[in-house]
Amino acid sequence: MTAMPPRLRAALAIFALLALVPPLAHWIGQPFLIVIATRMVVFAIAALSLDLILGYGAMVSFGHAAYLGIGAYAVAVLSRAGVTDLTLHLLAAIGAAGIFALVTGAISLRTRGVYFIMITLAFGQMAYFFFVSFSALGGDDGTALAARSTVLGQDWLRSEPGLFYATLGLLVLIFAGLYRLTLSRFGRVLSGTRESALRMQAVGFRPFPYQLTAYVISGCLCAVAGVMLANQSAYVSPSYMSWHRSGELIVMLVLGGIGSLTGAIAGALATVALEEGLAKYSEHWRLGFGLILVLVALAAPGGIAGLIRRLKGAPA
Amino acid sequence: MFNLFLLQLLNGAQFGILLFLVAAGLTLVFGIMDFINLAHGVLYMIGGYVMAALSAATGNFWLSLALVLPVTLAVGLVLELLVFRRLYDRSHLDQVLATFGLVLVLSELVKILWGAAPLSVAMPEALAGSIPLAGLMRYPVYRIAVIGAGLGVALALWFVIARTRVGMLLRAGAANRAMVSALGVDINRLFMLVFAAGAMLAGFAGAIVSPILSVDPGMGDSILILTFVVIVIGGVGSVKGAFLAALLVGIVDTMGRMFGPILLKSLMEPAAAAQAGRTIAPMLVYILMAAVLFWRPSGLFGRSVAR
Repeated sequence: MTAMPPRLRAALAIFALLALVPPLAHWIGQPFLIVIATRMVVFAIAALSLDLILGYGAMVSFGHAAYLGIGAYAVAVLSRAGVTDLTLHLLAAIGAAGIFALVTGAISLRTRGVYFIMITLAFGQMAYFFFVSFSALGGDDGTALAARSTVLGQDWLRSEPGLFYATLGLLVLIFAGLYRLTLSRFGRVLSGTRESALRMQAVGFRPFPYQLTAYVISGCLCAVAGVMLANQSAYVSPSYMSWHRSGELIVMLVLGGIGSLTGAIAGALATVALEEGLAKYSEHWRLGFGLILVLVALAAPGGIAGLIRRLKGAPA
Repeated sequence: MFNLFLLQLLNGAQFGILLFLVAAGLTLVFGIMDFINLAHGVLYMIGGYVMAALSAATGNFWLSLALVLPVTLAVGLVLELLVFRRLYDRSHLDQVLATFGLVLVLSELVKILWGAAPLSVAMPEALAGSIPLAGLMRYPVYRIAVIGAGLGVALALWFVIARTRVGMLLRAGAANRAMVSALGVDINRLFMLVFAAGAMLAGFAGAIVSPILSVDPGMGDSILILTFVVIVIGGVGSVKGAFLAALLVGIVDTMGRMFGPILLKSLMEPAAAAQAGRTIAPMLVYILMAAVLFWRPSGLFGRSVAR
């Protein structure tokens, strides 16, 4: 057994630090920090799911926020129908997202490069407009949830720490699953396709089934983030699936560094922290946030992961 | 019914022309430089705001319109020099990150300068009237002028691209950038030119639309996504494709919103038809795009990409 890879160690350190947030927040008398931490973890799940297709499969999806919305609306629809169990919410979200990803992925994967980016964007917009005009669920304004999901009939998620730890648990579970998956035969084929689809075909692999499977898994996992996002804000609206949100997910990934899983988590945490931090100083926080994005793109390719590599003196 | 059809057809064409003005520059940037520019819609918005500010200051529509062109050209040049130039040989992801950041910065700057409330621009008096269309139906002169201006620009673009040396280099650059560069053409100057001209066209579109629609901070976003749809349907890098796709998208979007519910009413009960119509109409152009890409993965006039 060799030593633990640095990215795994970094991820475990992040999880441990996150687990300390609720007691620390109580100790310093700032319980709202738990709410922000929950949002961080939710977006970390979403960014992780995107990393599987974008980082490992080189499929730049610009419509990934649609799955966030599908997950959130699964909670809203089932709650309306009187079903409040989290497990059922998750299953419904995963099922709906899986079907949407299977259909749109099969069509999108016929295209390449810029076209793939644009067609995923179009499917994202389709989902967005579908829910905007869905007047039974509040249309453009969205709809408030009566209560958070229940676990085994108990309202454990009602308290902020309860929801936070449940979300963190899902993040750890999904990270572990994706970590194993990317090291498996399946993951190797996917990364191989990213490097050169032609060579993978030459050694006897058809890229399409691998890419489509990854696309569907990614959509399902992002829907899990959507379920937790709906629970966190107790509110569901089409704005969860706007193209801005899809862009933000890509931003998180690029900020953190793609194709390492740990980078996706770090990028999501950094992005939410930046947004929340800047928003406290000025209503025009987007100005500063945008400037940071431009500067990172110009001066620090590879994001946080690239920066760490360079600080260590290794070639970026 | 025929009158209504004609009216909506004209409205659709006018919207399509506008999309073409924004898409023309962007499709070249996409095609020649393989560069993803999310900030192109912002230039359209800046055109609208500069127009609103100038016409409020000078009270003269034509003078303002004439001034919008150099201003947006300058904005395009500055952005190219400061940001885009450094991103041409980077990955698509870095380009998305930087231009997404630019969208945030420029939209917020506009909000700081002019506030978030919509502004309006007075219509020039010479074009304020309407002309009879068919029967009792009349159509605003200004919208016809917009269609005319757009067709004029399209014709000029066609001339430049098909008949001049710059256009020849553009076509060659879109086909094989490395080869054009190897033949001794300063490809960076060509990029700068394309970029600035595209910015000016987008600004022009934003300026001429301002008397019809109000000028607001969200106007760039909504047109940007539709512009992408236009470019992808037409085929990345093809101005001809962008022109036809822009008209198609403009007309399908406008007609779909109007006639979708009417058509559905003949198939189902009115309440359900109204709901279904409202749901499907905004999705129509995206369905169109998915269908086009399904059958032609590189758009209508795009070169097929090797898989």
